Amino acid sequence: MNKKFVLGIYDDEDVLLEAIENVRAAGTKIYDVFSPYPVHGIDDVLGIKRSRLPIVAFFCGLFGTSFALWMQIWMLGFDWPMIIGGKPHISIPAFIPVTFELTVLCAAFGMVITFFIVSRLKPSFKVNVFDKRSTDDKFVMAIEVKEGVTDMDALNNLLRTNGAIEVNEKEVIK
Amino acid sequence: MQHVSPIREPLVTGGKTYHDITEDVCRQVEAKPNARWAAALAVALVGLAIFLYSVYRTLWYGIGEWGLNKTVGWAWDITNFVWWVGIGHAGTLISAILLLFRQKWRTSINRAAEAMTIFAVICAAMFPVLHMGRPWLAYWVLPLPNTFGSLWVNFNSPLLWDVFAISTYFSVSLVFWYIGLIPDFATIRDRATGPIARRAYSALSMGWTGSAKAWSRYETVSLILAGLATPLVLSVHTIVSMDFATSVIPGWHTTIFPPYFVAGAIFSGFAMVLTLMIITRKTFHLEHYITLEHVESMNKVIILTGSIVGIAYTTEFFIAWYSGVEYEQYAFINRAFGPYWWAYWSMMTCNVITPQLFWFRKIRRSLTATFIISIFVNIGMWFERFVIIVTSLHRDYLPSSWAMFSPTIIDIGIYVGTIGLFFTLFLLFCKFFPVVNMAEVKAILKSSSGVKHHHSSHAKSMHGTAPESNTNTHHSNE
Repeated sequence: MNKKFVLGIYDDEDVLLEAIENVRAAGTKIYDVFSPYPVHGIDDVLGIKRSRLPIVAFFCGLFGTSFALWMQIWMLGFDWPMIIGGKPHISIPAFIPVTFELTVLCAAFGMVITFFIVSRLKPSFKVNVFDKRSTDDKFVMAIEVKEGVTDMDALNNLLRTNGAIEVNEKEVIK
Repeated sequence: MQHVSPIREPLVTGGKTYHDITEDVCRQVEAKPNARWAAALAVALVGLAIFLYSVYRTLWYGIGEWGLNKTVGWAWDITNFVWWVGIGHAGTLISAILLLFRQKWRTSINRAAEAMTIFAVICAAMFPVLHMGRPWLAYWVLPLPNTFGSLWVNFNSPLLWDVFAISTYFSVSLVFWYIGLIPDFATIRDRATGPIARRAYSALSMGWTGSAKAWSRYETVSLILAGLATPLVLSVHTIVSMDFATSVIPGWHTTIFPPYFVAGAIFSGFAMVLTLMIITRKTFHLEHYITLEHVESMNKVIILTGSIVGIAYTTEFFIAWYSGVEYEQYAFINRAFGPYWWAYWSMMTCNVITPQLFWFRKIRRSLTATFIISIFVNIGMWFERFVIIVTSLHRDYLPSSWAMFSPTIIDIGIYVGTIGLFFTLFLLFCKFFPVVNMAEVKAILKSSSGVKHHHSSHAKSMHGTAPESNTNTHHSNE
């Protein structure tokens, strides 16, 4: 099914933030906003909740810690105990560096892999970008058009009065 | 909204717009390689060829090709290893620690500095792997089930900690760097005209569109990765120093090593960043992004870490005397006045004296002086590792086994070769990747460019009050 979008193009982050607030206040649902860099404060005006990725990182890190400790204690303490420098088989202080490294490794990779999955980031040759200028110098506000429901003139007017330098239409083939 | 600080210099000069940033950074990616770049690559490739030849000799004939002997079992190889790892640390410091401290000047140099980290760690890893003698068995350092009755690796050994530290450091740095590159790859993708470039950058950009939700997650991921990379980078050089400190060799067995090594690593890394940045900004005309302000800030870090290193040298000497241990005392007297006195005093001159010149503002802001001093620091930090490693080993407890070390042509070849390898990788990076993080520089542009953005006044007049939306602005109020 083809989807139709109206794109409001902005060229300033502060104008954009104002516009988002006003468009949302007018009862229009914003599909998404695309920007060349992370705009501070956009999460609040768009109502984006705080990411839970830190929690993922924490639990992946916790897994790393436990796995590393288990691995070292089991390998050197139980599976093949050896006397090394007259130290106990299970010498926890000597196990801390590897435990720390594996904690960081698991936390970082666990979080980044989750980030790729939830943001649907994967290598692909074809990318659908609403407006290519949004990775350069323009901010693009996309609003989905519902056939027969959306008043195009009113929407156009709403975007323009809120500082859009251009208002375009775009059809996306699903 | 746009605050121009009367005291603080703008971070991006020249009245750049967002589009200018894209143009300036994408230019060398899109244009045909220029002659200077090609010439530099040719020189680097010669270095790489020297590296490959020396590695071939080492592998074919064995470690006997190196100048090591029974007394000095570690010399240039470990010196080079520590030197390269140390250089790498500045990249992580700039991208992670300065991110946590919200130092916005990092944005235009972090990309290249992180690339330096990755390439430096690759160079560093060559040495322990080649020193194994049989690098095809390098996987034996990993705790893998094996046919020797599952004889595991020794987790009590700092050399094994190094395996975990360096590999974690490399992979986490790589991921951190790549996450930052994704939005910039998307920018290049959307400008690409050729089919190969479009496909390659499409694949590299992972389908990035720059949606608000993705940016929100991106920022969270960057912050957490910075939080993870900060203790990681400190742990890496701490563990590297433990390779020495946990042994009982006089001159190595000291508790000062971890902080002393970390400071030295940052010191040498910043010197290398400066060396590279001064060349890069000139070659690619990035003077408006990497300004004198950046150079000066880095020089201040050099004074700080250089002074810490200087204090560490003095403390070591004092503690050797104060400890009353004659072996320890001898090790230090031997360093300064023994047969390797020239290495010790080169280290002292390059690391302790030269960076103190940066107390003068004129020198701190002079590119030529900075470039020369940065080279001095690079040399000095190489000598520091050489002094620590070789002078401690060559005369230990048993005078009958005292010996001297002199490098063979293969030792020199591998060292010079890794510099070739490093510059080959760095030059390829400069050509195909955006050397400045465009997205992050655009994000600080409004608050730190020193030029009133033409739309600010428009927004104000339209909506009456300025929205408290740009958190960057607090910076310029300081």
